[in-house]
Amino acid sequence: MIEMTDVTKTFTLRRRTGRRLRRERTVVRAVDGVSFSVERGEFLGYLGPNGAGKSTTIKMLTGILTPTSGRVRVAGLDPSRARTALARRIGVVFGQRTTLWWDLPLRDSLTLVRRLYRVEERAYRTRLDELTALLELEPFLATPVRQLSLGQRMRGDLAAALLHDPELLVLDEPTIGLDVVSKATVRGFLARLNAERGTTILLTTHDLGDIERLCRRVMIIDHGRAAFDGDLGALRRAAGADRQLVVELAAPAPPIDLDGVPVITVEGPRQTLRLPDGANAASVVAALAARHEVRDIALRETGIEEIVARLYRGDQEISAPATS
Amino acid sequence: MASADTAPGIAARGTRAVSTYCLLAWTWIRAAAQYPVSITLLALGTALTAGLDVAGIMVLFSRTPRIAGFSAAEVLFLYGTSALAFSVSDILLGTTERLGEHVREGTLDALLVRPVSPLIQIATEDFTPRRFGRIVPPVLVLALAIPRLGVAWTPGRVAMVPLMLASGTVIFGGVWVLCAAVQFVLLNSHGATKALTYGGATLTQYPMTVFARDFVRGVTFVVPLAFVNWEPALYVLGRPDPLNLPGWTRFASPVVGAVVCAVAAVAWRGGLRHYRSTGN
Repeated sequence: MIEMTDVTKTFTLRRRTGRRLRRERTVVRAVDGVSFSVERGEFLGYLGPNGAGKSTTIKMLTGILTPTSGRVRVAGLDPSRARTALARRIGVVFGQRTTLWWDLPLRDSLTLVRRLYRVEERAYRTRLDELTALLELEPFLATPVRQLSLGQRMRGDLAAALLHDPELLVLDEPTIGLDVVSKATVRGFLARLNAERGTTILLTTHDLGDIERLCRRVMIIDHGRAAFDGDLGALRRAAGADRQLVVELAAPAPPIDLDGVPVITVEGPRQTLRLPDGANAASVVAALAARHEVRDIALRETGIEEIVARLYRGDQEISAPATS
Repeated sequence: MASADTAPGIAARGTRAVSTYCLLAWTWIRAAAQYPVSITLLALGTALTAGLDVAGIMVLFSRTPRIAGFSAAEVLFLYGTSALAFSVSDILLGTTERLGEHVREGTLDALLVRPVSPLIQIATEDFTPRRFGRIVPPVLVLALAIPRLGVAWTPGRVAMVPLMLASGTVIFGGVWVLCAAVQFVLLNSHGATKALTYGGATLTQYPMTVFARDFVRGVTFVVPLAFVNWEPALYVLGRPDPLNLPGWTRFASPVVGAVVCAVAAVAWRGGLRHYRSTGN
């Protein structure tokens, strides 16, 4: 469905320098040799800090931007050359801004979209009924888009992107700024779309909940380069996501000295230890209790937030495993 | 990779563009029709403002019966043909001057992921019936002026009037697109480009001889606005050209229209390519 081979996109920034009118040119490599492919029916999460090149990648996939070099194919088409032909086969949602018309009621916006994509009246009716039910659009179909709440607007945008039943749905931060309930609705809808219709979905996000709930595959991009590509489990392993033991002692003590179990932090009576790979938590706890007076013990797995934070900081050298 | 969208010829693509335009304009009109009172009021307002223009010209003429050797009817004919051509082009393409806004606010991206040219999408944006209010004054002016011209209506002259209106519309249309294309590169320039479109309309509403000779020459050749109505009108009115241009220039308007459109098309494509390769 998507194929990117060694894709690069550079921007030239011009800045005025000094008193003279001369301008300094800086070349920014927003995407720097990214390759990946997405099969039909996949659900891929595309992750990266701000400015990592996520949006640039999306814009190249949808034909908004022309890559500086490399090869891009989406649904068998070259997006930058066959932009309009591709537009008929994909749906795009930008979380930060709407593709609907501010002054029109949602229903009229959707009618306009139907005309743009030349969706047949009957197919449109069926599809709209379906989407209205799934996204609960009914209460605000007659409301002008500017008066919709963010969550309603996002649902409207999703409906608009799916009226022509695209094979691929590309979402740029679809849950940004949404409240918990709206997030759940949007996620539930996307999961169903992927499972029942087989729509291939690619989404970028900062919300790791999206990834944990939805994506079987994660790709992380940083400084324009792919830093990781694989499933969540592989990400945990690759990032060295270890288990930690938080021990609450009866009184403050010097760092606990156990063989092969390093102490990470000491905060008064509370000490955090790192369990090495393959260590038996039960025996470590037993050894601890034998030597110290322990008030409480908690076992913690590294959350995905922390894994990603580590990746972004570059603490961990991640070797991207080959994708199956 | 010969997709269905690249295969058809220019004619088929043109027809499709026109039908898409009408479809989208119609959808916008229907959306606007939900507020009939505001539409009527706005249409009245538009007609009133334009009517004031006509009143201004009338007042001018009640004081000085001739301007630069042209009679009142002749000046009104020049005004009417230019204003009508401009209004029609404004109705069809006037909103393309918002392109800069779309680029700055990033909303152009949303237009680019749809299977219709962003030019058509912007041109039909907010299409309301009130836009048609603008053609009322020029039509009235022409209805007044044409019977009073006192020229011998040969078939050639009769045919020239619709031809000059059509060519004028096409030339102004090309200028609109050209101005939009410039905004891909020079953001915030719609003030400057407005001087071209609206300024051009004002310019052609008076006999060119009111303006300085070198200025007129510049306008004729640099921005071919003189072909909107001035050159063909000289033929209709049976007047000599103060610039002594060869006789065929009176009939060159359709060709000039085609050239302006071709230049505008190239500029638009270039602008879009620039946007898509630089991003914003």
